[in-house]
Amino acid sequence: MKIKSTEIVDTFAEAFKMFGSRIVITAATKEWAMAAAQSITGFATSVIGCKCEAGIEAEIPAEETPDLRPGVSVLLFAMDADSVGKRLMERIGQCVMTCPTTACYNGLQEGSSVTVGGNLRYFGDGYQISKLLGDNKLWRIPVMDGEFLIDDTFNVKESVGGGNLLILGKDQTATLKAAKAATKAMREIPDIILPFPNGVVRSGSKVGSKYKSLIASTNDAYCPTLRGIVDNSETEEGINSVLEIVIDGLTLESVEEAMRVGMTAAAKPGVKKISAGNYGGGLGQYQIQLHQLMDKQD
Amino acid sequence: MALKLKLHTQPDVPMEADCICPNRMQSLSDNEIENLTVFHGNRQVKLGDFFKCDGDNDGDIIIDGDLSNIKHIGSAMLSGKITVEGNVGVHTGAAMRGGEIIIQGNASDWLGPEMLGGRITVQGDAGHMVGSGYRGSTAGMQGGEIIVHGNVKNETGHVMRRGLIVVGGNAGDFTGVNMLAGTIIVLGEMGIRAGAGMKRGTIICQNKAEILPTFTQSCDYQPSFIRRYLKYLTTLGLSINESLINGPFERWCGDSVELNRGEILLYAGK
Repeated sequence: MKIKSTEIVDTFAEAFKMFGSRIVITAATKEWAMAAAQSITGFATSVIGCKCEAGIEAEIPAEETPDLRPGVSVLLFAMDADSVGKRLMERIGQCVMTCPTTACYNGLQEGSSVTVGGNLRYFGDGYQISKLLGDNKLWRIPVMDGEFLIDDTFNVKESVGGGNLLILGKDQTATLKAAKAATKAMREIPDIILPFPNGVVRSGSKVGSKYKSLIASTNDAYCPTLRGIVDNSETEEGINSVLEIVIDGLTLESVEEAMRVGMTAAAKPGVKKISAGNYGGGLGQYQIQLHQLMDKQD
Repeated sequence: MALKLKLHTQPDVPMEADCICPNRMQSLSDNEIENLTVFHGNRQVKLGDFFKCDGDNDGDIIIDGDLSNIKHIGSAMLSGKITVEGNVGVHTGAAMRGGEIIIQGNASDWLGPEMLGGRITVQGDAGHMVGSGYRGSTAGMQGGEIIVHGNVKNETGHVMRRGLIVVGGNAGDFTGVNMLAGTIIVLGEMGIRAGAGMKRGTIICQNKAEILPTFTQSCDYQPSFIRRYLKYLTTLGLSINESLINGPFERWCGDSVELNRGEILLYAGK
């Protein structure tokens, strides 16, 4: 199968069951809301080293946020619901509560709930105030610029992590250009994030290592510099740069849609192949077949 | 199809009709409903002596007539909806736990006393003691919402412990007196001695008010939670001034004769 001159490899992305939450951050201005969103999503590229994966989903116009101020929605994923709760506690406490003028709300209606504001309230040292609005319990925590407002609980739902695309290009410039086009298109899809820097990862990994203490190591099959050294190289002649885009989403459908639009956008001159990473199908709960995705479009 | 009750005879003296409640009329025929007992003064009579009943009770009751002399409508209501196309008497929605009461006219005193849940909406005015506790009671309203589009009289939210009371117009004296917790929002003006003896809880007012000397002004600020409340109120059909949403509020802490953890927030914009 080809899109323009780019071959779509007949393979699948192996994705995993994760647990995700949506955090809506509002502030007096869009800039402050974004500052908090960038802070909470820092060092959250991969569960392997960061305990969670997080990214900015979208900006939200003021009229659509719970308190009518400019907002940003952030998605955060971890391997189980309890871990999501712990990461939310740490990150909202250190990155959102600390940011001037912000408030922080649960952005998911479905799923189970984890207590976040109900624990962060202790920062108020007894001066915190709870409010019940409809079914929503809120905490008002006194801070030096006024109050930090946060929902008592945040919802966590079963999600999909590790959807991915591998862009195999003739050189770094062409591959970067394709990856940029792909991430731009993918960011238009709701319910997903691209957790790596600017949505792109160059240090794709395989499971395991020759060093016993490492659970993951460089994906040697896709390292162009190792062509001719490793037996399983996927970087045939003419492929000199590979970039990966990892997608986490609240639903399988949203991850699939993001991958589909990503492939279409990435198929540019200089991109020889688009493939996906998998572990033979033995690890992940989901196998997202690239050809089937493109057939859906037809 | 909703159950329709039409008042055909005005009671000469106040009538207690706590049987007018969706959960008490559930699975009763029209005839059985008309045979329910009510107190007309101190005499037990049948509901049918005053009301004509028609339709099926699917949890939705529509009452036509001026019920100013009829007490305890929707008392201890659990679910369903009562719509009154007119005024209601005292103790409407007393201790209700769920469901919704919509009053298209005015409500008398003691609206939603010791209410636990659900919502009461009054499109006109309400009397004294809205969402209050009965005399001697340690806790008044403990949950739910009372939305009055017009004015209310004195002691709104007396010993209120939880829930939301919104007054679209003016409130009388002693709003939130001895309040324990919960939220009262007054979009008009408040009378004197608001929050007297309050332990915790929040009283928000769109206008300046006379504050008791046992309250301390802490600061002017823009609380996010008020924006959230005001957005919610717009979904309930209340008209909210945009300047109120964006505006600063004076925060007064009190009452220092009690726990001093209550607050009165007065709109401080021009």
